[in-house]
Amino acid sequence: METTETLSTGSGTEERQHSITHRPSPTPAIAFEHVFKRFPSATQAAVDDVSLDVAEGDLVVLLGPSGCGKTTLLKMVNRLYEHDSGRVLIEGKEIRSFQINDLRRRIGYVIQSVGLFPHMTVAKNIATVPDMIGWDKARISSRTDELLDLVGLQPEEYRNRYPAQLSGGQQQRVGLARAMAADPTIMLMDEPFAAIDNITRRRLQDELIRIQSKVRKTILFVTHDVDEAIRLADKIAVMRAGKVLQYDTPLHILSAPADEFVADLTGSGDVLRRLSLLNIDLAMLPIQVAPANNYPTVRSGESLRDALNLLLGEASDVLSVVDEQGRPVGTIDMAAIRRMVHGE
Amino acid sequence: MEQLTRYLFEHFSDRVWPRMAEHIMISGVSLLIALVIALPLGLALSRLQRFATPVLVLLGIVYTIPSFALFAFLVPFTGIGVRPAIIALVSYALVVLVRNTMVAFNSVDPAVKEAARGMGMSRIQILWRIEIPLALPIIVAGMRIAALSTIGLTTIAAWIGAGGMGQLLRDGMNDPTYSKLYAGIISIGAIAVVSDIIFRTISRLVSVPTGRRATQHAVLTTMEIKEA
Amino acid sequence: MDTLRQAWEYALNSNNDFLDAVWAHLRLSGVALLIAVAIGVPLGIWISRYGGAGQVLVNVLGILRVVPSVAVLFLLLPSQGTGFRPSAIALTFLAVPPLLINTDAGMRAVDKSVLEAGRGLGMSAWRLLWRVQMPLALPVVLAGLRIATVEVIASATLATLIGGGGLGDFIQAGLALSRNYILLVGAIPVALMALVAEIGLSYVQRVAGRQSRA
Repeated sequence: METTETLSTGSGTEERQHSITHRPSPTPAIAFEHVFKRFPSATQAAVDDVSLDVAEGDLVVLLGPSGCGKTTLLKMVNRLYEHDSGRVLIEGKEIRSFQINDLRRRIGYVIQSVGLFPHMTVAKNIATVPDMIGWDKARISSRTDELLDLVGLQPEEYRNRYPAQLSGGQQQRVGLARAMAADPTIMLMDEPFAAIDNITRRRLQDELIRIQSKVRKTILFVTHDVDEAIRLADKIAVMRAGKVLQYDTPLHILSAPADEFVADLTGSGDVLRRLSLLNIDLAMLPIQVAPANNYPTVRSGESLRDALNLLLGEASDVLSVVDEQGRPVGTIDMAAIRRMVHGE
Repeated sequence: MEQLTRYLFEHFSDRVWPRMAEHIMISGVSLLIALVIALPLGLALSRLQRFATPVLVLLGIVYTIPSFALFAFLVPFTGIGVRPAIIALVSYALVVLVRNTMVAFNSVDPAVKEAARGMGMSRIQILWRIEIPLALPIIVAGMRIAALSTIGLTTIAAWIGAGGMGQLLRDGMNDPTYSKLYAGIISIGAIAVVSDIIFRTISRLVSVPTGRRATQHAVLTTMEIKEA
Repeated sequence: MDTLRQAWEYALNSNNDFLDAVWAHLRLSGVALLIAVAIGVPLGIWISRYGGAGQVLVNVLGILRVVPSVAVLFLLLPSQGTGFRPSAIALTFLAVPPLLINTDAGMRAVDKSVLEAGRGLGMSAWRLLWRVQMPLALPVVLAGLRIATVEVIASATLATLIGGGGLGDFIQAGLALSRNYILLVGAIPVALMALVAEIGLSYVQRVAGRQSRA
């Protein structure tokens, strides 16, 4: 899990300045500016004046109950839905300035029901976009194998299978590979794991974390599953009735929910209570190399909630854990606390 | 038995085959015309659901009319011969083909279409690469039913002077050895069986691979063969 | 319009020929259907229970349906001659398969857990059949009856070709005499009969479907 370090840091403006791994990027990968959408038959807006920046390489989760507008917001990026007003930009360019199918071919798209083409083999499914944009055969075939490897399916075994010959989890792996085929910088994932059983879902989430650590896509990910959001997200946008209530890192949202709705939805009260019962030492990484730098320090034996407050307050990624005598004994970071949130 | 099949073998090339050729021609032309109309119409109806019900009800009424009666309705307008036969046969085949084409396009999983759209396929690409291949098995199943119905009904068209295998039955009724009659019956059965085999083969070729054999049969029996 | 009026007059002035033909048509269709129901439904029930060889029969019948009905009609001519009897036999042959196939399919579609519940309540096999399986299978069986009925009414039009009588007589006469109005005397009532059967039995089928779901 060497990667979760970066996962937890690519976020919030103040944190970003201290971030080691990310230079602040001037143009967000995806930007919504006062985006508004109402469906013709509806009285209420589906998306109501949403402004949101998604930084390059971040995995941003849109979280909220069904009907909150999260899927609508997502589908406006590849123009499966059109926004009524406001602007949607990718890499600084208004999405309507692209030819619509070019735009879609540049953006990876994964949906809950997967939508693999049943009459095509796994390889043909993955090759869809590369084929449309004119890659040659050799390049497509090596890319296909590379992607199958990446999503944890043996190319020799799965390349020539048909979707009906795969389990649900395997189908979604292929769906993921297909979305990444032409190496898009941006991926949209619409509840990709919602229809999959708990154990497989957990495994796929781990895979996604692993893959994301390698490929660093900008991912917009819709879910109604709070645990999934906390596990995967660099930042979470909590939505309700078409509005974004809070947009922040998972731990920020847990520790300082913007309002009661966010607190209830995320169950932040329970999480914080649990963290306050857990000792820092449980999540601490024992010191390997000698002196820790000038990280803020926290006393061994204090609770994880104290550590979290300090991390968020000091806007630092790492804390130095010291013993009674003030000698450094280890370090603790966001990733470690997040693992504890999940009870790992 | 030898007595019964003698006519079939002795006169195959000079008496049976010409009738068979007529029969195949009438059935084939009717099916082709119906197909040319039904494929675009069925596709259009799958997109414009509002019009689907009225069109299907109308076609359903036509399908219910006994063929001998429909031929009789047409004769005052067209006279006897091949023309009224083809008009009636096209009408019947249309019902099956339009319905199956519509069902076929409706049955394509919306998630598959959404994925294709989201990946940046154009409408034409989605139609040709995704929808048509996935709809084809049901369309071919419709073609099989339409072909079997048409071949059977073509026999009846002999009584409105269209020729075909029915002519052998008409002529053979009064032949005391019945060998002409049997030649006719056997040949009609043969045409039907061969056509069935051809369309079953095609449907195997266009079937969507699933890794297991299923659902095909259910699709094939959804539409009844029009017997008379 | 003129032809239509002529047809009307012809039917009225044909003494009782017209009514006789209607009656003959109905009698032929009715007899064939009754026998077909008496054979097809019990056989379908039996096959749905004891599968095996019966399922083979269902498949064979499915394949035999490929043979056009005119061919079936003429097949009996050498052994049975012409007239009402061979026509009725041929129509029965045509009507059995849809009834049998649909009865079998309808019975087998009945949810196994419903049957188990019935047995669990101590229902006898006979009672289970009449009170549970048949009502649940009824819509599918009725669909078979509808298909068979429309098919028999239509095929009865062809009975005239082997001297079986019915409304087809007028069509054949009209063709032979090149009189359009005589064609219509046969064609109009037979088309109406088929439509009434189709619409009426569709309605019955829908009502039964609604009840078995309620």
